[in-house]
Amino acid sequence: MSENNLEAVLANAETLRWQVGSDFHERLVEAIYADAARIADRAVTRPQQRPRFDLDRTLDRLVTSRAFGFPLMLLMLTVVFWVTIAGANVPSSMLATLLLDKLHPLLKTGVASIGVPWWLDGFLIDGVYLAMGWVMSVMLPPMAIFFPLFTLLEDFGYLPRVAFNLDNIFRKSGAHGKQALSMAMGWGCNAAGVIAARIIDSPRERLIAIITNNFALCNGRWPTQILVATVFVGTLVPAHLGGLISALAVVAIAVLGVGLTFAVSWGLSRTVLKGEVSTFSLELPPYRPPRIWQTIYTSIIDRTMFVLWRAILWAAPAGALIWISSNWFIGELSLAEHLVTVLDPFGLLLGLNGVILMAYILAIPANEIVIPTILMLTVLSARMASVGAGAGVMFELDSFGGTLAVFNEGGWTLLTAINLMLFSLIHNPCSTTIHTIYKETGSAKWTLVSALLPVAMGLAATFLVAQLWRLFGGEG
Amino acid sequence: MTFEIETPNAEACANCPAHNANHLLKLGVDMEDWDFVVALAGNPNTGKSTVFNALTGLRQHTGNWPGKTVTRAEGGFDFDGQRFKLVDLPGTYSLLSTTLDEEIARDFILFGRPDVTVVVVDATRLERNLNLVLQVLEITDRAIVCLNLMDEARRHGLQVDERRLARDLGIPVVPTAARYGEGLSDLLPAISQVASGQLRCCPHRVRSQSSDLSGAVRQLTAQIEAVFPGLPNARWVALRLLDGDGCVATALRKGELGALA
Repeated sequence: MSENNLEAVLANAETLRWQVGSDFHERLVEAIYADAARIADRAVTRPQQRPRFDLDRTLDRLVTSRAFGFPLMLLMLTVVFWVTIAGANVPSSMLATLLLDKLHPLLKTGVASIGVPWWLDGFLIDGVYLAMGWVMSVMLPPMAIFFPLFTLLEDFGYLPRVAFNLDNIFRKSGAHGKQALSMAMGWGCNAAGVIAARIIDSPRERLIAIITNNFALCNGRWPTQILVATVFVGTLVPAHLGGLISALAVVAIAVLGVGLTFAVSWGLSRTVLKGEVSTFSLELPPYRPPRIWQTIYTSIIDRTMFVLWRAILWAAPAGALIWISSNWFIGELSLAEHLVTVLDPFGLLLGLNGVILMAYILAIPANEIVIPTILMLTVLSARMASVGAGAGVMFELDSFGGTLAVFNEGGWTLLTAINLMLFSLIHNPCSTTIHTIYKETGSAKWTLVSALLPVAMGLAATFLVAQLWRLFGGEG
Repeated sequence: MTFEIETPNAEACANCPAHNANHLLKLGVDMEDWDFVVALAGNPNTGKSTVFNALTGLRQHTGNWPGKTVTRAEGGFDFDGQRFKLVDLPGTYSLLSTTLDEEIARDFILFGRPDVTVVVVDATRLERNLNLVLQVLEITDRAIVCLNLMDEARRHGLQVDERRLARDLGIPVVPTAARYGEGLSDLLPAISQVASGQLRCCPHRVRSQSSDLSGAVRQLTAQIEAVFPGLPNARWVALRLLDGDGCVATALRKGELGALA
């Protein structure tokens, strides 16, 4: 084929384009639709009368109504949280018993019999293995419940309705309606939520969704929230209301996270990420009965295992660091204790303490490790040698009473508990998420913003709450 | 290049796996262990993923289209001693717009030249879904309509005459209810027959409304066919050029479209 012929074709096409007119596209589309209508008409016979009761329409009228839409969403959220929390309890403690209470000592004795030096044994078994074991037992059961539940809701067709309900608020915040969906994914795992932001086409709005995804409480942070709520908030009320109140406290934090998502989206879209809100048409698919077993199976493989694997990968070095910093002695105290003492004044200013700050620094890789690290460091700094397996070894106490005792020894108050819950919501994303953000955005600048903005906000929030609390004569 | 390669039997080339392998590799599909490649297209919410999962089971993995952030699922299945690779295209309402999803779907059908394109259609929204089917039929001859969600249609009391539909469209129409596995045993032989060339389709071509339009289209088509003999969708190329589609013009200039002839 020669160049000339080709150019002749293209030139002719240009000429003909002038001939056919500028509405060629419309006429073409019209022709396609006309044909489609004609063919469909010939092939489809409708029933004589439409079915009287349309379940789909009725459900939609309910779910997207102004009166019931939001309460229903809150209810679904509470139910999903409650099922995950309640359902994960037993498997979590079973896994913890297996991996930590049984296998850990076995490994120690096994390794000791080979004659491995104490530092290698401690580093590998007390540091790396324990961290991975903790992540598995704390993370796996709730994720194995949350992700299938979420996928079931998706399968059923409910999630587009959530996006529909929240779209107006997102639009007023300058963000995209589909952010509701990536936010919901973020409740399982923030890394998964960041990847889910791909459904947003506009780069500006995708960035907003990625940056604010951190305010969705991920699975790794619930144990922190639940434990602190149960131990501190739940004990404030009579025993029979304790469970309900603690659950409501956690839901309140989650809702606060949603509010922050809107607020920060609004802020971002007025300042550094200005732009037009893009429209999108959302098709509300028909409700379909979810296929339970298939969904559970595929979501466990696709989402749960994948996220878990990444978490384990990041937890291993964290465990090593924790062990090293607690067993490397400079003078009388270990490195960890030194750092805690240095961080204490700053921590108290925020209504937290040095132990919590240290724990958060060490737990950047994975949020799950926060509580075990806090407990370990609290015991260390309060010099309670009798509790737990020893210095620098992470552990968790089975009874809430025991945990409360440890906290009290460490000088915790209700202010500490509340600020810990706040800070757990508003701090930097875990390293897996930061890594994912970098891969998704390809920009170091925005990754930095995503990592630092929540921390700055968290520090400011805890500081403010601490000052107000003390101003009003609260203890702390 | 000033010499012409003789292709006496263009159809044999079109069916030869080696012919497409390079194009497919560029699109990220490796055909080394497979005999045929099947593209899965369709509107969103038609149960395309269900069909995909039902056909491939666990033999699937998800990745990305090369250089894009759109996910792609790929899987495989065996039938009648042949190995089929199934590529899940993004769900699109049409192929005429310039959103990324539609570009990817269109590019794959055009350049990847799958052996069969299965368009999954929602039986309860036939008219809207046919929009995509008709556009796909403009690009490729070898297509099948998978008339999915037949259970929903029955629930709403709709009856679809798939034979009449098949006659009007000129391609096989297989009614299925993929959630329950219905109809898949008919879909597989249809795919196999179209892929191997056993079943020849005479696809419906959209009729233009006005005569001056069709005159221009005819003239340009004839010219394109003269320059690129054996190009199977010259009429579609003509329509795209008249619509001012820059991508197609560039592809013609670069020789990518010509190489398909």
